[in-house]
Amino acid sequence: MSFSVPANLEAEIDELITHYPVKRSASLMLLHALQEHFGHISPEATQWVAKKLGLQPINVHELVTFYPMFRQSAPGKHQIKVCRTLSCALGGSHKLHEHFCTKLGLDPHAHGLQTTKDGKFSVEFVECLAGCGMAPVMMCNEDFFEGVSEKKADEILGGCK
Amino acid sequence: MPQEFKLILKHLDNPGYTPDIECYLRHGGYDALKKALAIQPKDLPDGKKASPQEQIRDDVKLSGLRGRGGAGFSCGLKWSFVDRRSGKPIYLICNADESEPGTFKDRQIIHKDPHQLIEGMIVSCFANDVKLAYIYIRGEMPKGAKLLNAALKEARAKNFLGKNILGSGYDLEIHVHRGAGAYICGEETGLIESLEGKRPYPRIKPPYFPAVLGLYMCPTIVNNVETLCNVKHIVTMGGPEFAKLGTPNNTGTRIVSLSGQVKRPGYYEIEVGKATIGQLINDPAFGGGLLDGRKLKAVIPGGSSSKVLKAGEKFKLKRKIEGKDVEVETDMLDLPYDFDSLQQAGTMSGSSAIIVIDDSVDIVGALANLSEFYAHESCGQCTPCREGSLWMSKTLHRLTHGEGRKQDADYLVKIADNIPGGKTICAFGEACSWPVQSFVAKFKDEFVAKGAADEERRAKEKVQPKIATPAERKELTTAH
Repeated sequence: MSFSVPANLEAEIDELITHYPVKRSASLMLLHALQEHFGHISPEATQWVAKKLGLQPINVHELVTFYPMFRQSAPGKHQIKVCRTLSCALGGSHKLHEHFCTKLGLDPHAHGLQTTKDGKFSVEFVECLAGCGMAPVMMCNEDFFEGVSEKKADEILGGCK
Repeated sequence: MPQEFKLILKHLDNPGYTPDIECYLRHGGYDALKKALAIQPKDLPDGKKASPQEQIRDDVKLSGLRGRGGAGFSCGLKWSFVDRRSGKPIYLICNADESEPGTFKDRQIIHKDPHQLIEGMIVSCFANDVKLAYIYIRGEMPKGAKLLNAALKEARAKNFLGKNILGSGYDLEIHVHRGAGAYICGEETGLIESLEGKRPYPRIKPPYFPAVLGLYMCPTIVNNVETLCNVKHIVTMGGPEFAKLGTPNNTGTRIVSLSGQVKRPGYYEIEVGKATIGQLINDPAFGGGLLDGRKLKAVIPGGSSSKVLKAGEKFKLKRKIEGKDVEVETDMLDLPYDFDSLQQAGTMSGSSAIIVIDDSVDIVGALANLSEFYAHESCGQCTPCREGSLWMSKTLHRLTHGEGRKQDADYLVKIADNIPGGKTICAFGEACSWPVQSFVAKFKDEFVAKGAADEERRAKEKVQPKIATPAERKELTTAH
């Protein structure tokens, strides 16, 4: 399969690189831009970034494996991230995680990323999302939600088209 | 009665207040920048001249401002360490990687009042001759990054940023850089590595003090979002006036993130030290007390890394009364919420995040939750931290899943004692050990009882202990 980056995205990426006196600094921003477009970072994407920045592929691959937000395989179309850390746990985030899993036919006790068979939803626990005062909090793709009750959770799912 | 004192939060929650530049300008926005750019060189008694930049730096020193990110280090002093004679460019980075569990203050500023941060940054950059600065925002705030980018664009259009700012001859560019979900990027040298496009492995100090060898091995200032916002207010008010807020050596205001089991969790800005922990939890102006029918069990006073305080604990605080140094016995609830009092109580105000834990919570489970966080977030560079954080998490996992041992309490402390104290490159070693050391020391009975109960059950059933797998994960016991 050939890997190609659309011209407008490449223009955006070229602009990002100008933000830094050293090209390598742009690695994370490039990976974000590619992941937003392709859904995940494929080995071809890693190679592409390395070539673009004049790096060895390992310099990019080691970022993809280290930073939790980068994915090496495609997650669901709608990614649900429930905060697991203390304040949210005290506020019922385990119940919320279980609610999502049960609703979507996933294992409520599994901890890592789980994706529904139709590829529509992914559910995972993540560490502190910095919303502790309005626990439990979660994200659905780019949107952040606070004080998520089961009713609100259902509404969020309902809004995912 | 202690009250909120809103300096940074003054406008951002008011109805109709929006994050765009027009709204900010209507509320006196960028006046501090104009004031800073208009400062004239001042003659000093010794015949030398103080440049406008030096005058702002002196003002920040006089203000007594201490860093709001966690360490509470003097901002003026930090700036004074910057190597200004190397001839290399000086960089400034805003640490917006807010990820200390319990903390959610910077999120409010970034999302609701981004121009306040940007103005604080421009003034700070001007004062330090910085030409290029970055905002390192955590990856989990994509909306925040977009808002900041939009705000920077607006500021450029009004010439608050870019070339020859407002005709002053000063050039500055600020860019947004997104993290990607790693807690260790909040550590300043880890953040710098990450901004250089590498894994965020913290650098060893010495020699890599950012003020001398920071970003691209150039002098670099890394300040927290709230600290940079404070600089704007210092320029507006003047350092000595700012120093009148709060208490001696603990000046200004602080945004306290209050979470856990209180009626009114949220973020509250107070004059530093002008409210006690008890008032922050119980006062109707703040937390409004515990949930009905609950009793206080513990308080984590300054983000998840700070040592826990147990309900009813007493401390001897050094106080000056009528010119004499005396020790005053103080209940943990009566500790003034400032840097020094909490340090005297053996803990810290850290990122000023209070997590309240009531008697419905299994304290072993609460620590297991935190330890799992640290095990996940250790960068893996130093063996004591990488292995130790995982051992502690695994031990706590078996204790919370019916597979504990009586001696696990001592075992946990033994591991925790062997991580910090210069055995690791960065302070993550301390951060992952302090909760374990303090939870086990202060609630030892509960840890021992849990292990003993498991041993008793296994003896009765004549079974060997087994390894609890993540598939058997149970939720943290609460009444929710």
